[in-house]
Amino acid sequence: MSPITLIKIAIRALLRNRMRTFLSVLGIVIGVAAVITMVAMGEGSKKSIKEQMTAMGTNAIIIMPNRDRRGGVQMESSEMLEEEDVIAIRENATYINGVSPMITVSGQAIVGNNNSPTSLSGVSADYLKIRNYEIADGVMFDDDADRMAKVCVIGQTVVTNLFPDVDPIGKTIRYKSIPLKVIGVLKAKGSGDFGQDQDDVIFTPYQTVMKRFSATTNIRQIYANSIGEGYAEKATEEIMGILKERRSWTRPTDPFRVFTQEEMIQMVTSTSDLLSLVLTAIAGISLFVGGIGIMNIMYVSVTERTKEIGLRMAIGARGRDILLQFLFESVIISLLGGAIGIALGIAASETVKIAMNWPMSVSVTSVIVSFGVCFATGVFFGWYPARKASRLDPIEALRFE
Amino acid sequence: MGDETVHALRGVNFDIHPGEFVTIMGASGSGKSTMLNILGCMDRPTAGHYILDGEHTEKLKRDALARIRSQKIGFVFQSYNLLNRTTAIENVELPLLYNPKISSAERRERAVKALEMVGLESRMNHLPNQLSGGQQQRVAIARALVNDPVIILADEATGNLDTRTSYEIMMIFQKLNRQGKTIAFVTHEPDIATFSGRTITLRDGLLKKDVVNEHVQDAKAAFEALPPPETFDEEDALA
Repeated sequence: MSPITLIKIAIRALLRNRMRTFLSVLGIVIGVAAVITMVAMGEGSKKSIKEQMTAMGTNAIIIMPNRDRRGGVQMESSEMLEEEDVIAIRENATYINGVSPMITVSGQAIVGNNNSPTSLSGVSADYLKIRNYEIADGVMFDDDADRMAKVCVIGQTVVTNLFPDVDPIGKTIRYKSIPLKVIGVLKAKGSGDFGQDQDDVIFTPYQTVMKRFSATTNIRQIYANSIGEGYAEKATEEIMGILKERRSWTRPTDPFRVFTQEEMIQMVTSTSDLLSLVLTAIAGISLFVGGIGIMNIMYVSVTERTKEIGLRMAIGARGRDILLQFLFESVIISLLGGAIGIALGIAASETVKIAMNWPMSVSVTSVIVSFGVCFATGVFFGWYPARKASRLDPIEALRFE
Repeated sequence: MGDETVHALRGVNFDIHPGEFVTIMGASGSGKSTMLNILGCMDRPTAGHYILDGEHTEKLKRDALARIRSQKIGFVFQSYNLLNRTTAIENVELPLLYNPKISSAERRERAVKALEMVGLESRMNHLPNQLSGGQQQRVAIARALVNDPVIILADEATGNLDTRTSYEIMMIFQKLNRQGKTIAFVTHEPDIATFSGRTITLRDGLLKKDVVNEHVQDAKAAFEALPPPETFDEEDALA
């Protein structure tokens, strides 16, 4: 029998029991739509995390003291980072484009009656390019000329909080009673990786913080950026080498921890990978249940149509013809369910994206794989009922009432 | 039931020649059905031979038997066995679907011709539930004709029909036989047997009688001799 004839016969049989066909198709539709939507959700969140991470600075490297804690107890006093480390890295590292310390002080910035609970970050001029900040107005302070100067550069949130009506350039803000002159304003950047407001920042020369605010020479973090993608590992090794050399470090453990942007992306995406795997597995189970629905309905259909099968065999149908006839029915159910499910899944993803502003990304792979899985589902779950039909004895089948 | 082997037919031996119209008679349990199943290649004899159109069938596998049924045999059943919600012409086309050599155009052409032979060309697109019992059986006969079989096997083909309609059906069989069709007609009604040229009688699995009918009754004449059908007036019936 030609495939076209088989398709015609199958469609006619399916139309004969519209409600039943609809319900079997629905089982698959729900399964597939769930898979598509869940995968879109997982892919979307992964993509948005990556985008945000990239926005933070593509090749950023963060150096921190290696706190060797066991059971919450610090085992040995950790090595601290110093200004000299920053200078050594700046002067000697070849895989590094920029380097900046990062010392934060928390408090309130006050201008007249306005205040802003923003932490003060002591950085060097390189920090802007490491973190992809840009100056909107005014200038960034200079590492040498503004050493220990009482100047600052502020983000847009701070501008809104402190200078709702006036141009902040040249004005003075008070931070812990110390006046800081605003010399630059940053362009808006939006929220960061973990939802923090990246525009709620006040930058000041790190020497200013060390000298006037925290009275310490220790640096908590050093930010650097490698010269390009793929150089993170080399840059890390180089930095670690410089830091060890300065200390004549001989112990087997590293004195500092170095995070690269790439590692952080991997860390975050591996969590979201797991999440999307779990979601997809749950969706897959519903597709499986849909397949069982098809199998069930095909068994009923075979039993109901025993006499028809007997007749077809009597007038010359081979077992194979009967097998294909029923297999086509189950495959058509599952592919129809698949097609509708994919459409519904895409529609649902787009709706969630627009209505709830969630990052959703329908992947072509998930669509193709879903369709393939539907075909396999139809064949797999249709096989046993179809085989049962094909093995009926024509005499017995004709006698069936 | 159980493990007891029943030999439904024992040592039955006969030939049916091309162009013959044979009735096979017997009470229930006589082996009629088994005989029909073997003749129709639905079943194989446990011993002995069945040669159809020069081909030994007793050793054939399921698929080979299906091929023989598809190309050499036409079945007419007591309960018509038409596919419901399927038009008359599509029911007639059905056997040809299982013969890959026949194109869809040829299928249609042959089905139309078969329906013309049973006088139902005007009902081609009717569904079985829009046809009377006699018409349904005529569609079934057309279906049995469409693959141009070497033998048409009828299994109590008039069993569900009243006398008038039965005779009409027998008229069709006689007409087909005159056109050279070989027919084996299983029945337990003696008057149906009188329309055929030869009657084989089975009893308890044995061939009891195999006689040539000297006086074949003409179904058309018998039909015309029947009293006119009672015209039912619905109001009378209700009163």
